[in-house]
Amino acid sequence: MLKDVSFGQYYPVKSFVHNLDPRLKILFLIGYIVAIFLAKEFLALGACAAVLLLAVLFARIPVGKVMRAVRGILFLVLFTAAINVFFHGGDAVYWNAPAVLWEWKIFRVTQAGIVFSAFLALRLFLLVICSSLLTYTTTPVSLTDGLESLLTPLKWVRFPVHELALIMSIALRFIPILMDETERIMNAQKARGAALDSGGPAKRVKAIVPVLIPLLLSAFRRADELGDAMDARCYSGGKSRVKYKKLRFSWRDLLAFALLAALIAGVSVMRFFPVFPL
Amino acid sequence: MRIVAEHLSYIYNAKTPFATTALDDVTLTVEEGEFFGVIGHTGSGKSTFVQHLNGLLRPPVRKRGKKRGPAKLMVGEFDLTDKKTDLRALRRRVGMVFQYPESQLFAETVFDDVAFGYKNFAEKKPEAGEVERAVKEAIEIVGLDYERVKGMSPFDLSGGQKRRAAIAGVIVTKPEILILDEPAAGLDPLGKREVMALLNKLKQSWCKTVIVVSHDMDEIAENCTRVAVFSEGKVKYVLPPAELFQHTEELLALGLDVPLTAKLVRALKERGVAIDCNYTMEDFIAKVLAYKGGVC
Repeated sequence: MLKDVSFGQYYPVKSFVHNLDPRLKILFLIGYIVAIFLAKEFLALGACAAVLLLAVLFARIPVGKVMRAVRGILFLVLFTAAINVFFHGGDAVYWNAPAVLWEWKIFRVTQAGIVFSAFLALRLFLLVICSSLLTYTTTPVSLTDGLESLLTPLKWVRFPVHELALIMSIALRFIPILMDETERIMNAQKARGAALDSGGPAKRVKAIVPVLIPLLLSAFRRADELGDAMDARCYSGGKSRVKYKKLRFSWRDLLAFALLAALIAGVSVMRFFPVFPL
Repeated sequence: MRIVAEHLSYIYNAKTPFATTALDDVTLTVEEGEFFGVIGHTGSGKSTFVQHLNGLLRPPVRKRGKKRGPAKLMVGEFDLTDKKTDLRALRRRVGMVFQYPESQLFAETVFDDVAFGYKNFAEKKPEAGEVERAVKEAIEIVGLDYERVKGMSPFDLSGGQKRRAAIAGVIVTKPEILILDEPAAGLDPLGKREVMALLNKLKQSWCKTVIVVSHDMDEIAENCTRVAVFSEGKVKYVLPPAELFQHTEELLALGLDVPLTAKLVRALKERGVAIDCNYTMEDFIAKVLAYKGGVC
């Protein structure tokens, strides 16, 4: 198995968050992102962070796992923060020092710039953590179930909701299979001396070809086989199909909903009546 | 090259909820010149074990200044617990044929595909005729018609031919140890016999040691000098087939099959006919014909 492909991978434990209805979890994610962008001051963003921290704790996901998701975008965050520190400008004063701390040609480090970068970085971290929390706590199957159910209204405009959900779940289902396949083929080519884990970048890119071609071939073969197997079982799309697992709301969902609603309401109020404006 | 493994353990996805122990304290020696069989259930660790032998999986690597763990793995003079081991040199001398090796074919022609390994392992840029000579030899020893297939796409070959071409792509460097994971899986009975005949031929010519992972006990009984039985990551037996298949009951209890000859011996024994053979079909038939005693 390929190591370290933790991004967006389901983490199998039983928890409060795992048991939430997937439809609600998707809506929560959207609502939470709205809340993050409504927040205009540290107090509001701090409230968002507190809610997320609570969610992570209740999801029983190890902190290291969550941090690994953050590591992927660390560079992006640092880069945007650095740009903002140097170019944001502004003349607000937050602590006992001149507003402009350092200036050289077009670069201007101001107190406002530093504060704003920190705010932005926190916002980006929260974004990534909350979206990976969804995939950590929701199996691909229930994720697609939830999505299908949420998109049902679109059927009225003849949008192929069921087919879309099916494509998604097949794609998700095949990720681990193709990963295994990739590893197998990589091993086989390594055993034939392919320089997959040594040599310069150019050499490595060239070494991908002997892995990619067999992988593509087998992916097409699998797609054909799956199509045939579905045909053989007379699969015929969404009409008159029933679900194995029915989605139902429970008291947990209501609780989580109340918490998120309170967060959004609080943050919206703070947007119009700021407590400590930036 | 001799293979010495001591206290070898391996855990997939260590420290995650998916952790599974694949090897559990395996100690095993394979002498040079053996036709070594490895049998066991799916998930018994046999594939994991053979992948250690050419460095695709590594035992815990010794760190500088630290005492090394109990695991030890020597393949010839290569110490796999040493971080600096030259894996390329090792892999040139230990060939590995994976299950369904035809899925590793990728090049435009059979020639290019077989030459792939040879070129990868070449110390310096090989001379003009050298690659061609090696590829020709490899394609011919696996029983394909060199002139006919060299320009063909490997994907236009038949199933059995693809497998041969893939095996040619591994043995083109004339490895001293050849490891095969289920080399005859998915072939028809004739194809199976041909592959086993090929292995015996290779054993006598190019590769001193052959290690075969297999489910087919008849293959094992007919060809191997010694057999290791894996179960749940541990080695249960390491015996010559003639002795191993005397443990028919234990093997069946492990969920493994036994060769047809062993089943026949068992059935005869139940009816009071004791046949003592080495479990190859030839020997079994000879012993039965020579049997003098009461017939039930």
